[in-house]
Amino acid sequence: MGELKLMKGNEAIAEAAIRAGVDAYFGYPITPQSEVIEYLMAEKPHERTGMVVLQAESEVAAINMVYGAAGTGKKVMTSSSSPGISLKQEGLSYMAGAELPCLVVNVVRGGPGLGTIQPSQADYFQATKGGGHGDYHLIVLAPASVQEMSDFVELSFELAFKYSNPVMILSDGVIGQMMEKVELKDVVPRWTDEQIKKQSPWATIGREGYRERNIITSLDLDPGRQEKHNEKLIAKYNKIRENEIRFEKINCDDADYLFVAYGSSARIAQKSIQLLKEKGIKVGLLRPITLFPFPYDEINKLADQVKGILAVELSAGQMVEDVKLAVCGKVPVEHYGRMGGIIHSPQEVATALEQKMIGGKK
Amino acid sequence: MRDELYNQIVQPENLVYKKTKLMTDNTLSYCPGCGHGTAHRIIMEVLEELNLAENAIGVAPVGCSVLAYDFMNIDMQQAAHGRAPAVATGIKRCWPDKIVFTYQGDGDLAAIGTAETIHAINRGENIVIVFINNGIYGMTGGQMAPTTLPGMKSSTSPYGRDVHMMGNPIKMTELISQLGGAYFVTRQAVHTPANVRKAKKAIKMAFQNQVDKKGGVSFVEIVSNCNSGWKMTPVQANQWMVENMFPFYPLGDIKIDGELVNK
Repeated sequence: MGELKLMKGNEAIAEAAIRAGVDAYFGYPITPQSEVIEYLMAEKPHERTGMVVLQAESEVAAINMVYGAAGTGKKVMTSSSSPGISLKQEGLSYMAGAELPCLVVNVVRGGPGLGTIQPSQADYFQATKGGGHGDYHLIVLAPASVQEMSDFVELSFELAFKYSNPVMILSDGVIGQMMEKVELKDVVPRWTDEQIKKQSPWATIGREGYRERNIITSLDLDPGRQEKHNEKLIAKYNKIRENEIRFEKINCDDADYLFVAYGSSARIAQKSIQLLKEKGIKVGLLRPITLFPFPYDEINKLADQVKGILAVELSAGQMVEDVKLAVCGKVPVEHYGRMGGIIHSPQEVATALEQKMIGGKK
Repeated sequence: MRDELYNQIVQPENLVYKKTKLMTDNTLSYCPGCGHGTAHRIIMEVLEELNLAENAIGVAPVGCSVLAYDFMNIDMQQAAHGRAPAVATGIKRCWPDKIVFTYQGDGDLAAIGTAETIHAINRGENIVIVFINNGIYGMTGGQMAPTTLPGMKSSTSPYGRDVHMMGNPIKMTELISQLGGAYFVTRQAVHTPANVRKAKKAIKMAFQNQVDKKGGVSFVEIVSNCNSGWKMTPVQANQWMVENMFPFYPLGDIKIDGELVNK
């Protein structure tokens, strides 16, 4: 068993990054995720593992520092919260275009605009449908516990390098700020220069021995070649859809109704399931762990079994659109969620299911 | 007959100039008369002469030199508009022993990338920044740049730059010379052989500073022409540059070894 600690989600991400042998973190403070860079600065990872930590002048600069470092084959990450993630979209689009691996953590707060510093899940569209300009996808992981905040760091880099693609951990203010017991992994040494040269032969680290030169770019002025590049990206995203869908099913075996919820809403929905069980209503939970790729097929299968599906998210209803796509009209799909930084209570969610799915059929 | 003469002339002892192998054989996409080609060449010559090519990573900007990596025969990254100093920071922080430089135009460095420029320099990143200032957005078709002179015409200042309405041209090089992280700051040109030699010497000093880890940015501005954007012949453009750009952007060293040069 690894070392056990009581930590905030944001701290767990930072500690996991040091232990996962991450080479560099570039970030800019923003609530509710500033603990990530604060923890890293306090821990002196330069002394622990040689990891670089730098506070940039803006989120724009931070993601471009990530771009530069990722282009050299290093394991690099940044973290921010909603308004800051909007600023990073330019860089993320360039990284997706240039096929650079990296990790971006979004500890979501309420919007639009400056919104609130309280938790939200209103960045689902931005995270899963591209976010910046052009045809692309990030791989999106949604942790529902402090343990997963820690575990998903290593998983993110595994996927980022496997597919040469940016990965986003889409968390929220609840998971980032709450404290839970977390089992930490042992320290993995950072990659040596030799390992980097071997596994990322595309890295721009100088033409040692006058090897064929490497160029990191997302530009191609020739439409034919650019379309080929787009087709290559689509093929990659399809491969990700085939291989990387992750989800958790809770109480689904004999469920009559289904919650679909991720992150903090999935934790709340679990309590709602208990409340409804006491009333004799059997409800299951499908928790997508990957939001891109989304578990469409699994939800479609469950739609054959249940009478209705309630998508629960701290937003005006974003993931619910994907749930509807998955269900193909087989059963009613409704959305429930508080906004503006207000977190729905288990009772509110339970009541919403009763009213929208059972009592108040339209 | 021609071949015979050709063979007589093309002899090793007659060789006075050889293209550096760090320039590719691709045809330059720059307009005839433009200073970019010369600026590219002297940077590559310096890397070759200092034997740095195998460890060098260049960062190309958005603008006319967006395709600099087609010509500079080294490892390169293409950056988003204005972000080259941040990209270079990311590379250099992870590989402190590699040689990292950015190559940026005036719109890139002094407008959209002002924050990245100032903060990378203020942090004293051990990188070289080459700043090509031709007072116009060349690639997008001759729009007003942050360095467009007062009264100068461009496609977005068709009646001349009205400083009351459009603001003043920014002297970025003087501005950044005040920052603690600026170690070497100079302004050069490449329109005459003498200036090319001087500019190359400055670029050599800039890269040598990086090798020697002097601690800070070495910043070389090259005041250049844009005959297409300025709607002039190459000769006219150079003349106009000497008469109008140089008085506003005077050539010479501004900061050496971390000390401002007293003039």
